Amino acid sequence: MSRIANAFKDGKAFIAFVTGGDPSLARSEEFILELIRGGADLIEIGIPFSDPIAEGPVIQEANLRALAAGTTTDGIFGLVSSLRKKTEVPIVLLTYLNPVFKYGYERFFAACETAGVDGIIVPDLPFEESGEVRPIAAAHGVDLISLVAPTSDVRIAEIAEQSAGFLYIVSSMGVTGVRSEITTDISGIVAAARAATQTPVAVGFGIHSAAQAKEIAGVADGVIVGSAIVRIIAEHGEKSAEKLYEFARAIKEAVQ
Amino acid sequence: MSDNTHGRFGQYGGQYIPETLMNEIHALEAAYERCKNDPDFTAELDALLSDYAGRPSRLYYAEKLTKKLGGAKIYFKREDLNHTGSHKINNVLGQALLAKRMGKTRLIAETGAGQHGVATATAAALLGLECEIFMGKEDTERQALNVYRMELLGAKVNAVTTGTQTLKDAVNEAMREWVSRTSDTHYCLGSVMGPHPFPTIVRDFQAVISKEARGQILEREGRLPSAVMACVGGGSNAIGMFYNFIGDEGVRLIGCEAAGRGIDTSLHAATIARGSTGVFHGMKSLFVQNEEGQIAPVYSISAGLDYPGIGPEHANLYAAGRAEYVPVTDDEAVAAFEVLAREEGIICAIESAHAVAHLLKIAGGFGTEENIIVCLSGRGDKDVAAIARYRGITINE
Repeated sequence: MSRIANAFKDGKAFIAFVTGGDPSLARSEEFILELIRGGADLIEIGIPFSDPIAEGPVIQEANLRALAAGTTTDGIFGLVSSLRKKTEVPIVLLTYLNPVFKYGYERFFAACETAGVDGIIVPDLPFEESGEVRPIAAAHGVDLISLVAPTSDVRIAEIAEQSAGFLYIVSSMGVTGVRSEITTDISGIVAAARAATQTPVAVGFGIHSAAQAKEIAGVADGVIVGSAIVRIIAEHGEKSAEKLYEFARAIKEAVQ
Repeated sequence: MSDNTHGRFGQYGGQYIPETLMNEIHALEAAYERCKNDPDFTAELDALLSDYAGRPSRLYYAEKLTKKLGGAKIYFKREDLNHTGSHKINNVLGQALLAKRMGKTRLIAETGAGQHGVATATAAALLGLECEIFMGKEDTERQALNVYRMELLGAKVNAVTTGTQTLKDAVNEAMREWVSRTSDTHYCLGSVMGPHPFPTIVRDFQAVISKEARGQILEREGRLPSAVMACVGGGSNAIGMFYNFIGDEGVRLIGCEAAGRGIDTSLHAATIARGSTGVFHGMKSLFVQNEEGQIAPVYSISAGLDYPGIGPEHANLYAAGRAEYVPVTDDEAVAAFEVLAREEGIICAIESAHAVAHLLKIAGGFGTEENIIVCLSGRGDKDVAAIARYRGITINE
């Protein structure tokens, strides 16, 4: 069983996101280990990008902080390699396509395999364009994680059929960031996805409280929390570890 | 070469956008395919282009400048004389009509110099659509007059404070807005860039420039031009100027990109000279970027050319060797802006002055029986204060 499948096997999964290198790679490692100690079942690490068009202000600023700290793609691979010596929790990278393209697809996924990356999420790579990446990722044992949006409609089935790792359901229109309420018919989308695939489905975008996490966990296999975690790091900087642990514990309790 | 199969121009183009926009972009593709073959749609657009925008635009023989340079006969395609003062109106009227056919009630758009923003606000006012413009904060300051112009036309102007606060960031914000709200909103993209079908839609609406110019020059000179020239940021007026000459092998197609302080400095926006292949803003094309694939901050005196990418069809015309692209510095563009004012009494946009600058360099090398057409993409009223500042003169607007 793959590490990703393992994360979903005992109940609902809590997926935690951090931008790699915010505020430094050393702190990212510490923070990720704290999130895991608090109960995170899967870690998503963002490779910082200059122009993250699918992100709201909180993660945009994290990207800029990480780049200002000198974070590189190789630095992120170093972070994953180092984490792999300490944990078997699955790690997926979230990146825009350009840093991957520029690194070279073959070289990038070979580096993923060596470092121990389990999957990759590319928000600007829709199903139609994914053919240039999917076989190369698969050859290196990296799951290309597909996204489904509130507007996907008839596309859900074909996307779900090709899904690997888990299926990422975008909860709302718009960019990442905290939302006070989610009005999309999540259970409808989950049902359409489950009709087409056995792949676990996780929901992200806007989830920031234990109450929201609990509600989402009622309909999906996993809950993805990003901006709320990044906001803790923005507020507490180098000293975020304890806060992140507490936050992770609260979310994990809510989704169980 | 320009055959567009699934939104590709050679290896360039494509649809690299979030899943949230995919059904919307497919709906746009389908609506455009329907409308472009619908005689009612084309008749409505043609009427607006003629009666409202003032087409066809004039092809003007610049006799005085021709004599001064002593080479090819110089013609200017006067897009600056269109309503709203630039070529942008050609595309905007088409897209606004298309948006209405799709049942949209709201237009959003990015703008650099403000020309596309003004054109979009104009079309929205005319057709009764709500309008919101995204413009880098730095650009709202260097083009303050255009901001007020858009507001007069009823548009809301959002000053973008992220990133470099210029055109690239305005596109980022417009895309973020569109991802948030597609049901009633059409993103009226201003150049031949972004995800398919935008590069094709914008190209088709701008191709009227070369369609007219080709007929006009054959009527006047009885021969094709030796070269056609235009400035290139994203590349909309250039593709408009090139398109109907692509099949005429003897016609050189020359795009002039912004070299800012020089392509050997870090202060330029010369995508062809200094860019490499990448994927950004929905398309695979050439971009100014670092070895990590981070998009580089770019610079030009011209807000309209201050963009780190180029449309995919241009990238392909360059790769195929069909079109040439040359860098032109701020200094050269400002000097050309002044020459055109003094020699021909035309104050052109600083963007267009990049093409004029290269014309000044090469016209003398052609025979007097030959001719060259330069696209004057816009008028320069908006740039007068900036040029004064460049020359160290303070004026109260």
